[in-house]
Amino acid sequence: MKPPKFDYFAPDSIESALTLIAEHGDDARYLAGGQSLVPMMNFRVAAPSALIDLNGIATLRGIKVDKNSRLHIGAMTRTREIEMDSTIASANPLLHAAAPHIAHIQIRNRGTIGGSLAHADPAAEMPGIVLACNAEINSIGPAGPRSIAAGDFFEGIYSTALQDGEMITEIVFPPWPAARCWAFQEISRREGDFAMIGIAAWFDLNETGEISAASLTAIGAGDTPLRLPAAEEILSGQPPGDVLFAEAAQAAVNELDPGSDLHASAEYRREVGGVLVERALKTALQREAPGYTA
Amino acid sequence: MTTSSPYIGASVKRLEDRRFLTGTGRYIDDVKLPDMAVMAIYRSPHAHARINSIDLAAARAVPGVIDAFCAADIDMDLPVIPLRLAPFDGFERFLQRPIAQDKVRFVGEPVAVVIASDRYIAEDALDLIEVDFAPLPAVTSVDQAASGETLIHEDAGENMGTRYTVGRGDTDDAFSDAPYTRRERFTTNRHGAVPMETRGLIAEFDPDAPLLRLYGATKVNFFNRRHLAAAFDLPEEAVELIETDVGGGFGARGELYPEDYLVPIASRRNGRPVKWIEDRRENLTATNHSRDIVCDLEIATSNDGKILGMRATVQGDMGAYVRTNGGVVASKAAQFLPGPYRVPSFSCDVQFLITNKTPVGTFRGPGRFEANFCRERLLDMVAADLNIDPAELRLRNLMEPAELPYRIGELVPGDVNATFDRGNYPSALNQLLDEVGYADWKDRQGEIIDGRAHGLGIACFIESSAAGPPETARVTVAPDGNIEIRTGASSVGQGTETGLAQICADYLAIDIDRINVLHGSTTLVPTGGGTFHSRNTVMAGNAVRMAAEALRTRSIELAALRWNTDAGGLEYRDGAVHRGDDPGSILSLAELAAFARSRGPDEALAADAAFDNEGKLSYSYGAHAALVAVDVATGVIEVKKYVLTEEIGRALNPAMVQGQAVGGLVQGLGGTFLDHMIYDEDGQLLTGSFADYLLPTSTELPEITAIALEESPSEFNPMGFKGAGEGGIVAVAAAVGNAVVHALNAHGIQINDLPITPNRLRAALRATGT
Repeated sequence: MKPPKFDYFAPDSIESALTLIAEHGDDARYLAGGQSLVPMMNFRVAAPSALIDLNGIATLRGIKVDKNSRLHIGAMTRTREIEMDSTIASANPLLHAAAPHIAHIQIRNRGTIGGSLAHADPAAEMPGIVLACNAEINSIGPAGPRSIAAGDFFEGIYSTALQDGEMITEIVFPPWPAARCWAFQEISRREGDFAMIGIAAWFDLNETGEISAASLTAIGAGDTPLRLPAAEEILSGQPPGDVLFAEAAQAAVNELDPGSDLHASAEYRREVGGVLVERALKTALQREAPGYTA
Repeated sequence: MTTSSPYIGASVKRLEDRRFLTGTGRYIDDVKLPDMAVMAIYRSPHAHARINSIDLAAARAVPGVIDAFCAADIDMDLPVIPLRLAPFDGFERFLQRPIAQDKVRFVGEPVAVVIASDRYIAEDALDLIEVDFAPLPAVTSVDQAASGETLIHEDAGENMGTRYTVGRGDTDDAFSDAPYTRRERFTTNRHGAVPMETRGLIAEFDPDAPLLRLYGATKVNFFNRRHLAAAFDLPEEAVELIETDVGGGFGARGELYPEDYLVPIASRRNGRPVKWIEDRRENLTATNHSRDIVCDLEIATSNDGKILGMRATVQGDMGAYVRTNGGVVASKAAQFLPGPYRVPSFSCDVQFLITNKTPVGTFRGPGRFEANFCRERLLDMVAADLNIDPAELRLRNLMEPAELPYRIGELVPGDVNATFDRGNYPSALNQLLDEVGYADWKDRQGEIIDGRAHGLGIACFIESSAAGPPETARVTVAPDGNIEIRTGASSVGQGTETGLAQICADYLAIDIDRINVLHGSTTLVPTGGGTFHSRNTVMAGNAVRMAAEALRTRSIELAALRWNTDAGGLEYRDGAVHRGDDPGSILSLAELAAFARSRGPDEALAADAAFDNEGKLSYSYGAHAALVAVDVATGVIEVKKYVLTEEIGRALNPAMVQGQAVGGLVQGLGGTFLDHMIYDEDGQLLTGSFADYLLPTSTELPEITAIALEESPSEFNPMGFKGAGEGGIVAVAAAVGNAVVHALNAHGIQINDLPITPNRLRAALRATGT
């Protein structure tokens, strides 16, 4: 479990990182927190000729809310910083709540949001949360900077819209209404393991108490994190309640088409996906109305 | 001899922990010798294949590669790895040689070896080794093995390693008239010890001296020395096995493996020390697996639940070769199936089947964990069928003190004298029931609390300890009066140094800080037994006691010479010899040691002892209880509370006993819920890293109460010790399985297979329409 030989560079600016990746060609890789790439190198599943380490680029880190209430998180911001950040607790409580589910503290101390998105494990939390929140993923590459909608970013297992030499620079989350109802639920074999199935849910209520916008996202249910449009559609425009939530859960079961692996069958994922949708929606509503009991 | 005992029975802090906690332990990878090279192994990627050719040219050409070799390059007769335990007739056909010759039989079998200046280069070279394999069909289940359609060892003509029937009483008679019978099939998941520190070895082989020094040895060093000496045609004294600190053994570490031969071969070929450190990927395929049995168990009882008989078939999946532990797993599963109960008739067909998987060996509580799961699950089914409370059913059938000792019969071939020693099994269960509040829980099974179904399960166990050869100790007083203990027993991290120092300190009536314990290495003592079967405290503990007692006698003899007086008037107390007729006259151990040396170069204040229990085993027994909460909709189980009682005769160090119980229990929870070596139909291990092979972590722990009972000291050693290392693990799957079934009693599911996972539980519930 030792990697083959590789070159290592530690640039201190985005510009020099781009220059280095251009010089070292297709076999060079950016190194973020290294929590997935380095084990893959040790197993010799990945064998980059060069690592361009982004950890020394200060402009890639940081958490801020802009004047339009959008949350900006630098790609190299550690998961643990996101978990502990009080700004994020209010600026995107869903993200804040999902962060502790990501592996263990030691890994969160090192792993980054950008690294997780670029790695694109379909059972990972960060990809699911950016998709759930309609976040934008800002990147820069040989062709210059661009912004990629989360919905366009994930293309398959470990596969994204990032082109050769392109790196994520920051993730921008739309404003989070203070009254938004939300919940994150996942089932894993052990605390910190990848989700066998997980659900991120939020909805907004209009002045007459109907659901004006809803988002349901599943992780661990396919090749990428997945929105559940049929279930979202059922919620849309309706007053929240147990019957509606059960219908949404059934719609989720119907539209989920997960695979099987060592830890859970497709049937388990589909069935429990529905259970988690229903629980997440109930939990979300409870946040809005503390007196609510399911 | 009477002695005060401030240390024995006290929770003395572990002497080892200072160096472990300050990072100054010396593990095998900490050992670095001049001019040392490293070894890496090309392991078979196939479960079953013929080797057509091996090309090492490209590997040898890598800069930094010192040597590369395969079986054809080794200029000695390749020895077979010997059978140390349970060496049943027939197994001789399935023994492993250190490196594959014409065929590979499991994923991970060594095929070729690279020696290089560092591990990175060695692995680069492994990537360049070209082996032309002709794949063969893989045998991955006991049924497939039994069919014999694909032969793994062609010369044997079958895949049945061996097969025998054991029993006592007349089961045909018992079953033919029985008012109630039930038969169930149980399977226990293949998993293994997976110690935190993987294996590792360093060999220094000088054929001219001759000397083979092997660092990284542990467990059974004297047995291993004997066989390594024979394999390399050396006199035994030319082979030195050196023990380092060890980060976990649990039965798997310290047995002879292919690498114990390959590392010395590599050193001899290259005339320099060679180190091999097993990486985690290797560890999961190269180190013994365990537990993998299928058991068909049938029980006959009276209408009031009295057991009339049990009959069973146990099929053990042995993996591709029979290694040092022989038939221990399946044979002990069979032997312990009747457990601590009154089972007048029992018969068991025991089959050892060869498959294309990693070979199996012992793992903490071998066979016991498996047997307890099968029997205790079945007893709960009996209780439900006959409408008897599960605890009551057990109390009706547990042997009473008056029935002990009890000769269990020849339930392992050749083991004709096996006898449960004295004890009080109902007492251990009753104390468990009190502690866990069973009376409150038995009518609340299945209760929904906060949306989850709750259940309490119980299980009883008995297990043996302290088998094997005598153990040795030598106690020596240094010139400064400090004491050195040397023993043939090994330490695998369990606190052996502390325990032995406690005994020695009490018997010599000195401060424990004056004692240093050296263990395991063959250079320390002429012979030794080793460490397995929870035997260190019993065997090495009593050897140290005897040596300390002899040292007191020797001290008095030396004092008598020094004072030129009669030994009868002298007394040993408080770490010195006192003169009865002159109360002020004292000779300390340091003074006596100096006096001894002054008498001649070969004189010392020292004593040797060996303790032999003549094969009389002590049986630890007790009961476990688990309280679980089950999320019915997701199949997620939480163990909320766990209580166990374990009769261990006498606790040398209650804190360490507690540590053994808790550690065993946590490992048992792993085996119950998580640990699972899963193979596909091609014989590929799918759980080959910690991403998929799941171990319990600190986040998975329930509230634990472990109660060590000291009601029934062993009769077979003067200190009364019984083994305390395995009682914590052996009944975990049984208690948890019963608890889950009780929690879900509204749904009528059964748990017959391990591990219990959310996926499996939901599948079972779904089948009932839940």
